[in-house]
Amino acid sequence: MSNDVYVVGIDMIKFGRFDDAKPETLAAQAALMALDDCGLKIEDMQAIYAGTCNGTMMGQRMLHYIGQTGAPVVNVTNACATGATAFREAFIAIKAGMYDICLAVGSEKMGKGMLVPKNSGGTAIPTEGLLGSGVMPAVFAQMGMEHTRKHGTTFEQFARVSEKNHKHSVLNPKAMYQKETPLDMVMAAEMIAYPLTKLMCSVNVDGSAAAVLMSEKRTRELGLMGRAIRVRGSGLASDPFTDRNLVMQDVNTVTQLAARRAYEMAGVGPEDVNLVELHDCFATAEIPHYENLGLCAEGEGGAFLDSGATTHGGKVPVNVSGGLLSKGHPLGATGIANIYEIAQHLRGEAGARQVEGARIGLTHVVGLGSACAVHVLEKA
Amino acid sequence: MTKAATTEQPVAPYTKIDEAGDPYLVGSRCGACAQTHLGEFENCPKCGARGQMTELRLANHGTLYNYTIVHRSLPGVKVPFVSATVDLDGGGTVRGNLLDIEPDPEHVKFGMPVDVVFRSASTAVANGEGYLAHFFVPAQEAAR
Repeated sequence: MSNDVYVVGIDMIKFGRFDDAKPETLAAQAALMALDDCGLKIEDMQAIYAGTCNGTMMGQRMLHYIGQTGAPVVNVTNACATGATAFREAFIAIKAGMYDICLAVGSEKMGKGMLVPKNSGGTAIPTEGLLGSGVMPAVFAQMGMEHTRKHGTTFEQFARVSEKNHKHSVLNPKAMYQKETPLDMVMAAEMIAYPLTKLMCSVNVDGSAAAVLMSEKRTRELGLMGRAIRVRGSGLASDPFTDRNLVMQDVNTVTQLAARRAYEMAGVGPEDVNLVELHDCFATAEIPHYENLGLCAEGEGGAFLDSGATTHGGKVPVNVSGGLLSKGHPLGATGIANIYEIAQHLRGEAGARQVEGARIGLTHVVGLGSACAVHVLEKA
Repeated sequence: MTKAATTEQPVAPYTKIDEAGDPYLVGSRCGACAQTHLGEFENCPKCGARGQMTELRLANHGTLYNYTIVHRSLPGVKVPFVSATVDLDGGGTVRGNLLDIEPDPEHVKFGMPVDVVFRSASTAVANGEGYLAHFFVPAQEAAR
């Protein structure tokens, strides 16, 4: 018997705005859905890894709604990689032989408006608009502009990312927005931070997602192998030093590092991957991440998009869920929601948006500060 | 060189004022790996060397590495403005507003030379009175 770890139950709520919800009530919904997906109960969970970016003790509070079993709970926060980090902790605990069945859950109740990092620079007064900009659209606009500087990527190419992902979303009933946005509409939308228009920014929404992870032994014993998804590789990285990253956040190098770790553990390469859910928090991020994840060579991300390779039906469809641009981006939930999407395709249960014949999928999330998590998943 | 009004307090911890009253950006250079960082460090974030950092005065000239033009920001922030990342001559990278230029990608050029200037923070933000901030302007070649 191998020490492989499987996802046996997984689900997400449809993301949206739930004014009366709390992170723990959203988490409770997703947890019950994931348990129902594999026919287990909360008392079967030997340990729980709970992720949220806002609030403390979310995992325990969730149990107040679905059963206080006394299981060990670890609360995790790792910016936009929070959910994937909670998932990975569950994976590691089972891989280590400590437990056979764990629950990973991610949840977020988002505020309104633009996200800005908390003032950690020790400045006398707030610096937004004074020492440049640190709001998320500006940070990711610069990520795109660096690609423009190096490789000549155009505003129109970045806008095509939104056109593609919003088109994909039409087939995803769990996306917050399920609307096509033609290229001219994307480009003519309100400019937020050049080259990002409003339709090239993900939405602040509330949401949750959860997964039940299990050892190979228990998966066989419980007869759950039929719909199980093997976690072949898990890579997590913090941002290694690069020349400007203390001033201009670098999510490229940290992604390359996490991807390399995930591929190495999985024993596969980017050429083996059939579909990808990557962190398109802003449209500018997607093209550089094609390169960072090795889907195409450095500098060829724009042409790779233009070729249709990443569109549904292409060589390696990217963000067939509609991506964060359409689904919305509840920070702590996003990492597990991406895994849910891949699992649906590997199980052949993705309905109208099914990527036919998908055997291996990859998920990627990156949180500023920085943290990147990459998982390689395979049909069991 | 812009003289600091002595009553103005620097906004950023990496802005210092010398004995002549001139503000400057302070950096640290690592004795082990020679990397220059903006601001003061005890240990090197690049190579991890401990206690080998030397404080230095960073240049008032550099080149534009990257930028975005911000049209929507937090409530109360004046827009549009150019948020720029500048590589200083001799080492160190710093972010700030690029002034005295049309906030339009047709006018802002990667690699363009810029000068670092110090002005009242009220130049850019409503609550800036009494504070001093660094800004970038297109380089005045004659002064270089």
